[in-house]
Amino acid sequence: MSNSKPLCLSGKGVTKVFGFGSKRTVAVDHVDFEFHEGEFVSIVGESGSGKTTLSKMLLGLINVTDGQIFFQDKPLDISTRKKKKEYWKDIQAIFQDPFSSYNVFSKVDTVLLDCIHMRGGKHLPMEKKIEMMTEACSFVNLKFAELTNKYPFELSGGQMQRLMIARIFLLKPKILLADEPTSMIDACSRATILDMLMNLRNEIGMTIIFITHDIGLAYYISDTVYIMEHGKFVEYGSADEVILNPKAEYTKRLISDVPKIYEEWDLSTV
Amino acid sequence: MKNTIRQIFHSPKFLAGFSILAAMLLVLFIYPLFVTGNPLQMIGLSSFSKPGTYVSVYDAINTTPDIMKLPHADEKRLAAKLSDDDRIAMKEWLVAAGIPEADIDITDTDALLELWSDNYDPSAKPAGMTMAKRNYYKRLNANLEAALKGTEVVVSEEDPETGELNQIKFVKDTDYVNTKDVVNVINLPLGTDNFGRDVLKELVSATKTSIMIGLIAGTIATLIGLTTGLLAGYLGGWLDDLILFITNLFTVIPGFIMLILISYGIGQDKRGATTVAIVIGLTSWTWTTRSVRSQVISLRNRDHVNLSKLSGHSLARIIATDILPYIASYVVMAFILQISTAILAEAQLSMIGLGPKTSEVPTLGLMMNWAMLYSAHTHGYWWAYFPVLMVIALISFSLNLMNTGLDQVFNPTLRD
Repeated sequence: MSNSKPLCLSGKGVTKVFGFGSKRTVAVDHVDFEFHEGEFVSIVGESGSGKTTLSKMLLGLINVTDGQIFFQDKPLDISTRKKKKEYWKDIQAIFQDPFSSYNVFSKVDTVLLDCIHMRGGKHLPMEKKIEMMTEACSFVNLKFAELTNKYPFELSGGQMQRLMIARIFLLKPKILLADEPTSMIDACSRATILDMLMNLRNEIGMTIIFITHDIGLAYYISDTVYIMEHGKFVEYGSADEVILNPKAEYTKRLISDVPKIYEEWDLSTV
Repeated sequence: MKNTIRQIFHSPKFLAGFSILAAMLLVLFIYPLFVTGNPLQMIGLSSFSKPGTYVSVYDAINTTPDIMKLPHADEKRLAAKLSDDDRIAMKEWLVAAGIPEADIDITDTDALLELWSDNYDPSAKPAGMTMAKRNYYKRLNANLEAALKGTEVVVSEEDPETGELNQIKFVKDTDYVNTKDVVNVINLPLGTDNFGRDVLKELVSATKTSIMIGLIAGTIATLIGLTTGLLAGYLGGWLDDLILFITNLFTVIPGFIMLILISYGIGQDKRGATTVAIVIGLTSWTWTTRSVRSQVISLRNRDHVNLSKLSGHSLARIIATDILPYIASYVVMAFILQISTAILAEAQLSMIGLGPKTSEVPTLGLMMNWAMLYSAHTHGYWWAYFPVLMVIALISFSLNLMNTGLDQVFNPTLRD
């Protein structure tokens, strides 16, 4: 695979093992990857294939058992809290379940305020902060005035996930890790949210690592697709390459599992 | 948050428990305002005086009487004189004298006395009756007749020089004094204990001390449990192993045995109520640690905690805002249970004589201990231990009821 853009995030032999003895499970098994700047990468796999574990390692939320992750061609060093905090200015995430992503005890405006503070805006006047939050909210079609003083459970799932995107808008990270951000949301909101993600990418030019189980969706939105099975990448390449001309058996199966409209659905492979 | 509190106060179980406890606390604070004085003051020289109002006989004699003729005064005097044994004995005589057994009702004093005066004959010798028994009937009859005579009682004063008795007053059977005119009257709703102390006053003071012991012990246990549980659960690693090891160590040794050993080690003189409370707190934190730890472990991998980390929050802030509020409900419930357990632990410890030292403050356990040492339960002095039991039961009941109410609010899917 050739790509002229500089490397953003890459990994060599990245492995994660949980437990030991008879309970030892290898969640991610020696994977190599290269994500370039400004790329829209999809990681596709079934539940339990190790996608979320990989994303947590990339985010620095859990330690790597073996192997090395490189950030901008330098080995990733997140050994201290301070270094982690610096790293998290460059990489951010949107999680799968919007209902569990929020602290139910704090109001939603604090989520946005924290982002401004993280970008060094702690000493800005309140009016400026509100202006920034209003701008971020209007980017995702939310009205900030309606959100103030509300608790997360007073919002709908779509609103919560859009607020997550507003958060990314304020933080402007270099990399966004979206872990199935649309799987818990109804079909109408899904398109809106994907649309917003694309807009955001154009706006701030970040790399998006999109984790999904939906190969059709991956084909529709991504530049590069990685197919993951049992903690290993079985196939990767540009979206057209992988999906229109799949080589791995697993990829073929994934593609045949996608229901096709106007066609007989082959259930024999399911 | 506001919503949860509203919900809690709409839970009937919590409300019932809370009202009982609040009423008790109210009494604890209001009663000493009206009845002042040291609760450990020994007012009685005889022990275990029955509950009731005590009027000074000396003062009553010296009070100007009013004359009243109450309709059943004599009968009541007689009834008071006749013990249950006397009545049974009278019935035996009457049966021997040929009265059908079914006609004799020993609870009806009037009818019994009428039958008695009609049928009793001192010279009769019913078959099989010993001399001693006949004499007993003679004495009984003489007693009854004397009680009905209505002669005046003479009160006399001894002249200290000559030793002569000077009659100073006659007390007639129709003399009555108003208790308000008698200068020395004491009301003992729960009587006195073995030391002659007012049980009610002592009980109020003891309940206050016991609740304080419960609060101190509960706070200490909850604080230790919460801190160790949070550290072990959130930080994990070797700290988790260490804390878990210590916790397991404390769990496998029965807490009560440890409590006994520590209390004994401290020594009788140094064991104040506060010391005992601290010792109870230091031995009862293990279950809080274990449950807080397991809850924190499940919480620390949740997305909202991850998001908080990604937002660059410090460890202290994550624990304070993303972990603590989620386990707060559990901690409050554990705290309430710890209070109730600590009060019971103090009672147990005092029962075997290892409670707070006896000369300073009464506690519920100490009152039980005293009642037991002086055999109140075998002699039927119920007022010395039954009210104490009731208070212990009521505190425990109300706290547990509050706990169940909270459980229903916080875990609505677990219970009905």
